[in-house]
Amino acid sequence: MSSSSNTPQVGSFPVKRGLAEMLKGGVIMDVVTPGQAKIAEDAGACAVMALERVPADIRKDGGVARMSDPDMIEGIKAAVTIPVMAKARIGHFVEAQILQALGVDFIDESEVLTPADEAHHIDKYKFTTPFVCGATNLGEALRRISEGAALIRSKGEAGTGNVVEAVRHLRSILGDIKKIGSADSAELFEWAKRLQAPLSLVQEIAETGKLPVPLFCAGGLATPADAALAMQLGAESVFVGSGIFKSDNPAARAKAIVEATTHYMDAKILAKVSAGLGAPMTGIGMDEINQRYAERGW
Amino acid sequence: MNARVLVGVLALQGAFDAHVQRLTDLGIESRLVKDVSDLEDLDGIILPGGESTTMSNLLVASGLGVGLSQRLHDGLPVFGTCAGMIMMARTIQGGRPDQISLDAMDIHVRRNGYGRQNDSFEQDISISSLDSPFHALFIRAPIIESIGKDVEVLASIDANPVLVRQAHTLASSFHPELVSDLRVHEIFLSIIHESLTTSKR
Repeated sequence: MSSSSNTPQVGSFPVKRGLAEMLKGGVIMDVVTPGQAKIAEDAGACAVMALERVPADIRKDGGVARMSDPDMIEGIKAAVTIPVMAKARIGHFVEAQILQALGVDFIDESEVLTPADEAHHIDKYKFTTPFVCGATNLGEALRRISEGAALIRSKGEAGTGNVVEAVRHLRSILGDIKKIGSADSAELFEWAKRLQAPLSLVQEIAETGKLPVPLFCAGGLATPADAALAMQLGAESVFVGSGIFKSDNPAARAKAIVEATTHYMDAKILAKVSAGLGAPMTGIGMDEINQRYAERGW
Repeated sequence: MNARVLVGVLALQGAFDAHVQRLTDLGIESRLVKDVSDLEDLDGIILPGGESTTMSNLLVASGLGVGLSQRLHDGLPVFGTCAGMIMMARTIQGGRPDQISLDAMDIHVRRNGYGRQNDSFEQDISISSLDSPFHALFIRAPIIESIGKDVEVLASIDANPVLVRQAHTLASSFHPELVSDLRVHEIFLSIIHESLTTSKR
């Protein structure tokens, strides 16, 4: 896909994917104000996600959740030097056009916002800004990649402080990748059919043993141990939403989650950074919620 | 010249796996560096791309920063790409005031000098010691604003250096680890071999 040219080419797939590569081994934090963005950057976040309300509040408030006010996104962009992401509704390509015009570094086509289209995701190839999309299983991940996503994250269940769904999604995606790795060439056709995914991407996974773009974990992470769990399961970075700014001591918790993500295999460091953080967000069980965001998107 | 070498890759945050892959492609043994003890016996170290502010924080928190800085000043060959180059620079513009500078190379860099992600680009560049172009990816790349008199420019775009060398240090504002072309990593290996030859006397 790389072109040979002496003139600079912007917005190509390798350039989009390149930023996803740079975010590996890091923590991307949800922030709703410039002040929170500064706290996140101070704590070592590798990027921030600018949004109007964290998922826990969207869940509590109900109503339609939309793209954030451009003024608020500009405020956050001005407050930090690290990449700034922002969310567009599933299928809402005009919100995405606006976010690209605002110069955000990554667009999250997110199930946390209320979907704008019940059949179509955004054609992400039409944009120079890279996209991240959520997935609950490998088929969903590959459909998003075929639409041009440069980064995949588990959906998990945002705003719950409960990591169980993120673990389910990671295990499902990575488990199927392993199985495809041991499938023979004839079986790959069946895999493509079952996953409702392009055969070429299934064949690529069989060859390389991994997703064609980085795989991060999101949805319900609240503690340093949650972040390390996601990393040990095979995620390459973590998103933390409500988990930081809905806790007792956001600055300390944010820093601890950053350190846990780097040193995810070192239980001694994990024990040290987990101590004395105050209360995490309360969290809710899956049987207590009436709207599963992970079911949004197709 | 064919002595076995061990190259460390700083693995606090960022694109360290891609560097490990390139070293493996070259048949070179590598080690992820997260702790001071990981610096032992290294013949060279790569500082990868990622977020320099994040890595700076983690260098302080882990205590690795002091040890790494010492090894670099003792002459450990180092190759920094993008954020790694920022950390090597003598002075940094557009960084955070508390950001660590390892001061390993006499260059002045401006963070995100080429702009935000929408300005990120790929382009063929000419590298002085190579006989054909190298395909380079620039991701929210830093600009080298000025260089000291002992710094050699190996490649530039317009008036801005993008690949520079000073003694046993090499730095690029682009990402050779993201392409399968191994020639920039080979330049670093030759620097490591030179350093081994001179240190053996």
